[in-house]
Amino acid sequence: MSKSIKQRAFVWLDERFDLQPLLKMMDHKRVPIHSHTIWYYMGGVTLFLFLVQVFTGILLLMYYRPGEDSAYESMKFLLTEVKFGWLFRNVHAWSANLMVLFAFIHMFSVIFTKAFVKPRELTWISGFILLLLAMFFGFSGYLLPWNELSFFATKVGTDIMSAIPFIGDAIKTLLRGGEEVTGATLSRFFGFHVAILPLITTLVLGFHLLLIQRQGISETSEFKLLPPEKKRYMSFFPDFILRDGLLWLIINIIVLYLAVFFPWELGLKADSLAPAPMGIKPEWYFMFMFETLKMIPPHVWFIEGETFGILLFGVAALLWLAVPFARIGRKPLVESKWITILGLVTLSYMVVFTIIGYL
Amino acid sequence: MKLSSIPILIKILSLSLVCIFPMLLMGETEVNTCVDCHVENDLMPEFYLEEDVHQHAGMSCAGCHGGDPTAEDMDESMSEENGFVGIPEKQDIPAFCGKCHSNIEYMRVYQPRIPTDQESQYYTSAHGKKLYAGDERVAQCSSCHTAHGILPAKDTRSSVHPFNIPATCDQCHGDTKLMAGTGHGTNQLNDYAKSIHGVALLEKGDVGAPACNDCHGNHGAAPPGAESVSHICGSCHLNNFEYFKTSKMGQSSTSQEYHNCEQCHGNHAIMKPSDELLNFTESSLCMDCHSEDDAGYIASAIMYSHIRESDSLYQEAQLRMHDIQIKGMNDVDIQYMLKESKQNLIQLRTLVHTFDAQQVTQKSIEGKGFSQQAIELAQQEIKEFNGRRMGFGIATLAFVLLAIALYMKIKLIDKQKSNISS
Repeated sequence: MSKSIKQRAFVWLDERFDLQPLLKMMDHKRVPIHSHTIWYYMGGVTLFLFLVQVFTGILLLMYYRPGEDSAYESMKFLLTEVKFGWLFRNVHAWSANLMVLFAFIHMFSVIFTKAFVKPRELTWISGFILLLLAMFFGFSGYLLPWNELSFFATKVGTDIMSAIPFIGDAIKTLLRGGEEVTGATLSRFFGFHVAILPLITTLVLGFHLLLIQRQGISETSEFKLLPPEKKRYMSFFPDFILRDGLLWLIINIIVLYLAVFFPWELGLKADSLAPAPMGIKPEWYFMFMFETLKMIPPHVWFIEGETFGILLFGVAALLWLAVPFARIGRKPLVESKWITILGLVTLSYMVVFTIIGYL
Repeated sequence: MKLSSIPILIKILSLSLVCIFPMLLMGETEVNTCVDCHVENDLMPEFYLEEDVHQHAGMSCAGCHGGDPTAEDMDESMSEENGFVGIPEKQDIPAFCGKCHSNIEYMRVYQPRIPTDQESQYYTSAHGKKLYAGDERVAQCSSCHTAHGILPAKDTRSSVHPFNIPATCDQCHGDTKLMAGTGHGTNQLNDYAKSIHGVALLEKGDVGAPACNDCHGNHGAAPPGAESVSHICGSCHLNNFEYFKTSKMGQSSTSQEYHNCEQCHGNHAIMKPSDELLNFTESSLCMDCHSEDDAGYIASAIMYSHIRESDSLYQEAQLRMHDIQIKGMNDVDIQYMLKESKQNLIQLRTLVHTFDAQQVTQKSIEGKGFSQQAIELAQQEIKEFNGRRMGFGIATLAFVLLAIALYMKIKLIDKQKSNISS
């Protein structure tokens, strides 16, 4: 009986939306099985954590009130009075950090498995933009509780922006909504965090996922060289999706564990007249850049140290973005051993400088 | 260059000369033959400081000692005709300084609200009276302020800055030879340095803590009489003084010439008072007048037990809050209650000076209520803390079961597929 209802519902929908080609495409989608299959799941985990962010973010939005006199107070109310408010806030904070972590893992796995090569250049570019958006999400969200540490970290962070040549001061003013970090900055960051960034991210993410669905999962070069009879695949629906779901459940348990056992402190309310407290640190994913800027001497050649550092990161980001198009001599970069060396050097630099920042 | 611009140039040049020439003249250092000669002959006064407040204000040696500091000849500069007075006798020093310091019209030039009663106050002090009577061993102006190295009292190097006053007074009051026969002890500085006031001032650098002069006065320094003791302590410890003054104990203490506050708390060696002061023992000072089971004895026992109960309940609530903080739970309301409880405990210890057991009991009940509420809130938080873990346990169990089900489904599909292919 139930089967016939299912069938009838499908026929009803198929008549109207022509679902057969879609089902055919889903049937044909497959995921290669080899020793690096595990890395195919990293993007999915990042997507799952993004969905957690959307869900918990909407719940937090029910109580959060932006404003110098209300942001911290509403967070305090949420954490102390609202049923499960503490849980959603902690899940949101932990999931945000894990999302950025998995985005990085996803990016480096793409580099090491060389999955960015033609025809996936646009997937790489949109992925990198998504990572930058995730970092900006983190930066803007960090200020929202309006506590001492986030206030001063935002002050330092936006100050660094002013080192960008020519347009730095304009960017700083645009971000701060004035000369200083004030309630205007908070309103602005709130706007970025809950409206502008989600809109842009949804569009770029949609594009990123569309490309993946259209082009299918990339195969590693070793896998491509295998004879057809030795190539093993699993279907995307339901095999891969079910495994994805299993991993998402495990990640969900980990996030909950972290939220319950390692809750994030709210700290003291921001006071613009108070002296900067000890231990102002950016979020961990900005630490390697922060530490590098600290180590650069005040002047490099004729350029100010900080400006030099910012320019360096700008150029590095552009080069990173252009990796699929890069060539060494006549050979594309991806075909040389240099791509793995570049990936290893970049990863080691980021890890080492992040660790130094916490020592 | 146009010819018409030449007269303008001449005007500018001559104007510059008119302005610069007097400045060149002013740049020349002022003549002070006193210093020249005394330095040359190595006769500069002891502890001479160039930053001396008088010198800083433009007064030269002649401002106090008279004479003509511009005259090259010693006999001329130190002649009576030029008003030279030389080194004043000790007995004359108050009047010597008072020439200026008692003259408001002269002094207000330097500080509009400067007091000019130091000299007259001095002669009311024990020091002043003795000096007037001819005892030259007592302190006069220069004993405390020095003579040629006087710095403003707010300067931490000054001998009369609060940090240095105890040591300045001790120069004489710690000198056993000088104090012999005066009836004064010489251990005041040692006692004071160990006291709650001394530790606050000398170790913690709290200039709000009293130094010698805050209780004894400075220019009019005198040992406080029995009646004035409570007034002196009361100038800072306002509530204690008000309660004590109106209490039965305060009134009878004054009539029997007890030294009020000092009687229980001591003087130079005042320690942080302990609740044990209320605990009657055989050796208690209170037992001098009170006996076991009299009204005062019973009142004290009631007050003591209430304070101890309030204190121990407050300590317990504090421990609970500490536990809540470690567990990362909400301590906002508990902190608020504890603040109230602590305030109550302070008020309770002040209220003891009424020696009224009923008032103390009421206050104590109020304070214990705050601590009790804090403890209850802490218990709720602990319950919530355990509840969260329990909730996490149940949710994890559900998620793990779901994960197992999913895993089995995957395995089942794999098996079905391998069956079909084989």
